[in-house]
Amino acid sequence: MSFERIKEKLNILADAAKYDVSCSSSGSNRANKDKGLGDSTGMGICHTYTEDGRCVSLLKILLTNHCIFDCAYCVTRKSNDIKRAAFKVQEVVDLTINFYRRNYIEGLFLSSGIFKSADHTMERLVSVAKKLRLEENFNGYIHLKSIPGASDELMREAGLYADRLSVNIEIPTREGLKRLAPDKNREDFIKPMKKVRNEIIQYKAEKKIIRSTPKYAPAGQSTQMIIGASGENDYQIMTASNFFYKKFNLKRVYYSGYVPISYDSRLPQIGTDVPMLRENRLYQTDWLMRFYGFDVSEILNETHQHLDLEIDPKLSWALRNIHEFPVDVNRADKRMLARVPGLGMKSVYKILHARKFRQLNWEHLKKLGVALNRAQYFMICNSHVFERRDLEPSKIKGLILQNSKSKFRNATSSQLNLFG
Amino acid sequence: MQKVLVYDGSFEGFLSVVFKVYEEKLANVDIQREGNVQASFFGESEEIVTNKEHADRVWKGLKKKLTSFGCNQVFYSFQSELISVENTLLDYIQQVFKSTLNIEKDFSNSTILKISKITKSVSREKHRMEAFVRFRLTKDDLYFANIEPDFNVLPLIAKHFKSRYADQKWLIYDIKRKFGLYYNLENVETVVLDFPAHFDFTKTSGDFFADQELEFQELWQNYFKSTNIESRKNMLLHVRHVPKRYWKYLSEKQPL
Repeated sequence: MSFERIKEKLNILADAAKYDVSCSSSGSNRANKDKGLGDSTGMGICHTYTEDGRCVSLLKILLTNHCIFDCAYCVTRKSNDIKRAAFKVQEVVDLTINFYRRNYIEGLFLSSGIFKSADHTMERLVSVAKKLRLEENFNGYIHLKSIPGASDELMREAGLYADRLSVNIEIPTREGLKRLAPDKNREDFIKPMKKVRNEIIQYKAEKKIIRSTPKYAPAGQSTQMIIGASGENDYQIMTASNFFYKKFNLKRVYYSGYVPISYDSRLPQIGTDVPMLRENRLYQTDWLMRFYGFDVSEILNETHQHLDLEIDPKLSWALRNIHEFPVDVNRADKRMLARVPGLGMKSVYKILHARKFRQLNWEHLKKLGVALNRAQYFMICNSHVFERRDLEPSKIKGLILQNSKSKFRNATSSQLNLFG
Repeated sequence: MQKVLVYDGSFEGFLSVVFKVYEEKLANVDIQREGNVQASFFGESEEIVTNKEHADRVWKGLKKKLTSFGCNQVFYSFQSELISVENTLLDYIQQVFKSTLNIEKDFSNSTILKISKITKSVSREKHRMEAFVRFRLTKDDLYFANIEPDFNVLPLIAKHFKSRYADQKWLIYDIKRKFGLYYNLENVETVVLDFPAHFDFTKTSGDFFADQELEFQELWQNYFKSTNIESRKNMLLHVRHVPKRYWKYLSEKQPL
């Protein structure tokens, strides 16, 4: 290795990859056979975190930032005047192995600008994964980008060596995509997603019959959408997410607040705030859909197209559906407990087990770690303290906001800062 | 009158103490590890010798009453080395044996909730150490790492590193507790090491480490710097994820 040249490439191609939010390294189980290198235990590991708080689990790089496309929102777009670089396949392999041996990373996340053609690029991504698996006997995590428009044969091969595959939709609606990336087709994004979905279904079916069927993308598929670049409302965004979760069995959808990097008039101006609070609310909604049993239409619909930035979506739903409350903490089923604002799934788990031994009261709940500042308005239990019935939803909201200290308070405060 | 029971600090030693408590029906005890004993003003003190047979009997008894997760909680809580954790564990074990049901999930019981929380803290640090260990390649082809965890988690992460790095010799050394685990391509051994006086755990000296080691650390530091998005910077969140006490031995936090 020539460290100096690798260093320069790494700086350019890691910097270009950082806007892809995906950092997952979980969901795959890959044992270390024949004293090879690495294993994956199904539970991901974050080996460090960036200074903006994102997990660093994988070596996340582009193979190259040369690209034939000119997407307005993208830092590597064709017309952007930046330094270009490209890794050789063996350089990526060596870098991955040496970082992994030092326990810096769980594995590799490999994306790329698209040079020459989709298949030409996809071929190279696949050959990195293949070399790692077959030549280096590497059992760590590999996440490959699916290049939009790539052929079925290449997607089939990609999944044999990678744990996860992903193609970023980026712009949530067809109209938005047309405006910002006119030379791209939404259908090209859907194509590899569809192929991977079908291969996974087939793999699962075959594995029931033949146990030694080789793995195919055991960690599934994911995608990403940019928030705030093209004017979609929250309803449109989460409807798109719901579509991808349901139709393509995605494991994850990521939401990335648009970081202004372009002077293009079709985009928010440089200096516009990154919509981090909105992004956070979208993630909260995503969690409610995947783990708390909510349907997307309960949270966002024609009547409610924007998430409340002041309060989380579960609390917002509860205030709009106050007739469902209060919930008796000693009797309610898991689904309903999970809908109480302030009760996370861990608290629900503890409550379900603890109440087998005795009736729970407020003191017990406080010790369990329940966020009583919110939960108290929506629950009853084995005690008369704290009971507050028949409060108006707007009153409850006011009380909760008054007593909480949101980490986002500054972002929404319109008060002047006398000392700032 | 409280009786102080002193043991050798090992888990087997602790289980031997539990055996003694039951055998002699002791009611009011304070379990302390040797070298750490705080004198009881009025009570007597007895040294309990580690007895493998006694320890095994207690452990088998626990296995009958708890799930493997529950047994894990006992061991993990013990590894916390918290002051007086032995007494909390004794209370827990006594409740476990007394009850006809498995009570490990009775979270409204304050002792059980406390053990659950201690286990969670130890598990979190175990997971952090699986993440934050930074191997450095020595001149003798050994991947060496040093850590300084709050809890005694090094024995808990041995299995992880053995299966993951099966094809490289490695050694992870706990600076605070002055012992390491060494994998020789076949087995993991506990080792005690003497370091030269001028050995600095935070530095990667050319006297001990391979030439390419600093090169790879520089690549890693550059990579780390490249991943940051300045307009989203949030050091509060960063420090919550990577507490400052770990920075000393993280390659990406060393000066460039």
